[in-house]
Amino acid sequence: MRTTLRALSATLVCALSLTACSSGSGGDAGPAAGPASACAPSSAGPVTLTFTTWIPKIEEVVAAWNAKNPNIQVKVQTGPNGNGGTYQNFFNQLKAGNAPDLGQIEYDALPGFRVQDGLFNLGACDIVAKAKDQFIPWTWGQVTLGDASGVYGVPQDSGPMALFYRADLFEKNGIPVPKTWDEYAAAAEKVRAAGGYITNFSQSDINQFAGFAWQAGGRWFSNDGQQWTVNLTDDKTKKVADYWQNLISKKLVSTVPPWTTEWDNAYNSGQAWTWISAVWGANSIASGAPKTTGKWRVAEMPQWSAGEKSAGNWGGSSTAVFKSSKHPYEAAQFALWLNTSEEALGLLNEKANLYPATTAGTSLPALAKGVAFYGDQKIYETFATAATQVAPDFTWGPTMTATYTNASDGFKAAVSGKGTLTDALTAAQASTIKTLKSQAIPVKE
Amino acid sequence: MRENLLSRTAAMLVMAVCTVYFLVPVWWLFVGATKSSEQFTGTGALWFADFRLFDNIGDLLAYRDGVFLRWMANSLAYTCGAALLGTLLAAMCGYALAKYRFRGREVLFNVVLSGVLVPATALALPLFLMFSKIDATNTFWAVFLPSLVNPFGVYLARVYASSSVPDELLEAARIDGSGEVRTFFKVSTKLMFPALVTIFLFHFVAVWNNFLLPLIMLSNERLFPVTLGLFTWNTQVNQLPQLRGLVIVGSLLSITPLVVAFLLLQRFWRSGLGAGAVK
Repeated sequence: MRTTLRALSATLVCALSLTACSSGSGGDAGPAAGPASACAPSSAGPVTLTFTTWIPKIEEVVAAWNAKNPNIQVKVQTGPNGNGGTYQNFFNQLKAGNAPDLGQIEYDALPGFRVQDGLFNLGACDIVAKAKDQFIPWTWGQVTLGDASGVYGVPQDSGPMALFYRADLFEKNGIPVPKTWDEYAAAAEKVRAAGGYITNFSQSDINQFAGFAWQAGGRWFSNDGQQWTVNLTDDKTKKVADYWQNLISKKLVSTVPPWTTEWDNAYNSGQAWTWISAVWGANSIASGAPKTTGKWRVAEMPQWSAGEKSAGNWGGSSTAVFKSSKHPYEAAQFALWLNTSEEALGLLNEKANLYPATTAGTSLPALAKGVAFYGDQKIYETFATAATQVAPDFTWGPTMTATYTNASDGFKAAVSGKGTLTDALTAAQASTIKTLKSQAIPVKE
Repeated sequence: MRENLLSRTAAMLVMAVCTVYFLVPVWWLFVGATKSSEQFTGTGALWFADFRLFDNIGDLLAYRDGVFLRWMANSLAYTCGAALLGTLLAAMCGYALAKYRFRGREVLFNVVLSGVLVPATALALPLFLMFSKIDATNTFWAVFLPSLVNPFGVYLARVYASSSVPDELLEAARIDGSGEVRTFFKVSTKLMFPALVTIFLFHFVAVWNNFLLPLIMLSNERLFPVTLGLFTWNTQVNQLPQLRGLVIVGSLLSITPLVVAFLLLQRFWRSGLGAGAVK
């Protein structure tokens, strides 16, 4: 009997999923869906919002809000990080109509949700529009999609990049700390001669490479309101790819897979001397290479020509409000508190190592202290400077997960001697265009 | 005699290599779980440094008010509950298919059999959409109810019932005035017991390892099974590096119920596998 049920349910499932799919794509799915619905306070009565995020210990931050706002209670839901499953869950929930009110979305994933018309345009909320000046300009650029009135998230954290380096080893071997990429390549030769590697080239962190390209002036995607342009192989990006390819070919960088114990060990044992990484990388080294306490310092990212002041960014996320939310105004209020108030930013930094996206946030008391692992250097001052040097006009594409996967396959081949980084980017370019087309997203050939 | 010795040595060698191959990751996990995070990267991966297993377990249980224990309890509830009930359902279903003649029996059985071929992963999203319609996602039932179904168990139960429960015995029970349900519980289940344990074990492992369904259904951390909880932590390691140590200790603890279940029930496991293979 149960078996009949099972057969029946299988049939039902098919039917249901079909209708769900077709009703999803039938409605107002176009990117130009007219002015956003109004952003006004809900009528009287307390409101409960759901907020899905994977920031560790964020419950403790939200508890501070709930204590002060009895009429807007926020319930935290959690899951793995975005690409680990939460983004797919968001898409499923949008389809099924039970998405949370608020969700954490990284900058590089926002356009994907925008294209699927899943996000509420917070630009319609006067409180959000007014908050613009509190944010570091480029972080605001990351959440502004289409024209300036389209604000699809409140910037939460950022990952300005800098150079982590083993000050002791550089000094002992008489190698000057590189200020330009040319000096960095020259130093790489000397480091190799001294028995180490200047750094480990990551074969799977394409967003790190994106940070390098971002700094150099590469612009991978653009959208003119009608269609997308994909340009993973513009001249600036090619310059970066050739630069690293050269270091890989000469075997001046190691190529162990990142985020493994092997990789930690390369730093812990002094085999790798530098890492060009984001502000959150400070904790990765401290926990992965505990034997090197006090020996690391942080300097500005190497520049393409001497005297330039430009930095890249790696990571960072926003708090977005989903279109299905019945209380967008209250949700926006909470998102603003979470990402601009000194109380929340302080807690987020303390509990989860988040680096704020607001100008005032970069001078939190906790970020003005020296860090013992870095010989008491006030490393966050360097990152605060870097945060002001990130170009504001870097746009992500709507299918970054696929782009990352494709590029990463090519990068893995390149580090093992098959093909080059440029080949990998060329292939990723072609497959990205294919992915966009397969999702019926207009794209220029 | 010499040849015999040679082939035996070869066989032992192959077995030894396999044993090492399968046990090294478990050994690695155990050794890793006893180290502090500093020693985890700093010392050899396959031998002990300072033995801190109990401190590590303490840290794990203290983290976030013991949410890990909650996950373990959830896993046991999902798994034991679904495996017990699912075994009962599969046994009844297989027994009915084996012992009663009715129209459409073979068709029904074939439909069930084809269910074996549908991977649980493929059903997760449709199930999510169905549960969304009745507003039941993100609840205990969203994971529990779909886990009750076990077509392979039905197949095993049918095969075993037709070979181990003689029709004459059922006939005798009927003549003595026993109802069908009573006969099933008092007579047939006793005879089918080894198969039931096997079904239970298979089901237990399948539900314990089912990761995608809870991933899609649940967003309330208090409802997570331990697999999803540990995976969630593991994706947060970049942000909070100390989570890596917790994930390793947690993984070690999370496989212990499986190991215990296997050690206690392995003879049933073996006999059940044999029964399924010959028929």
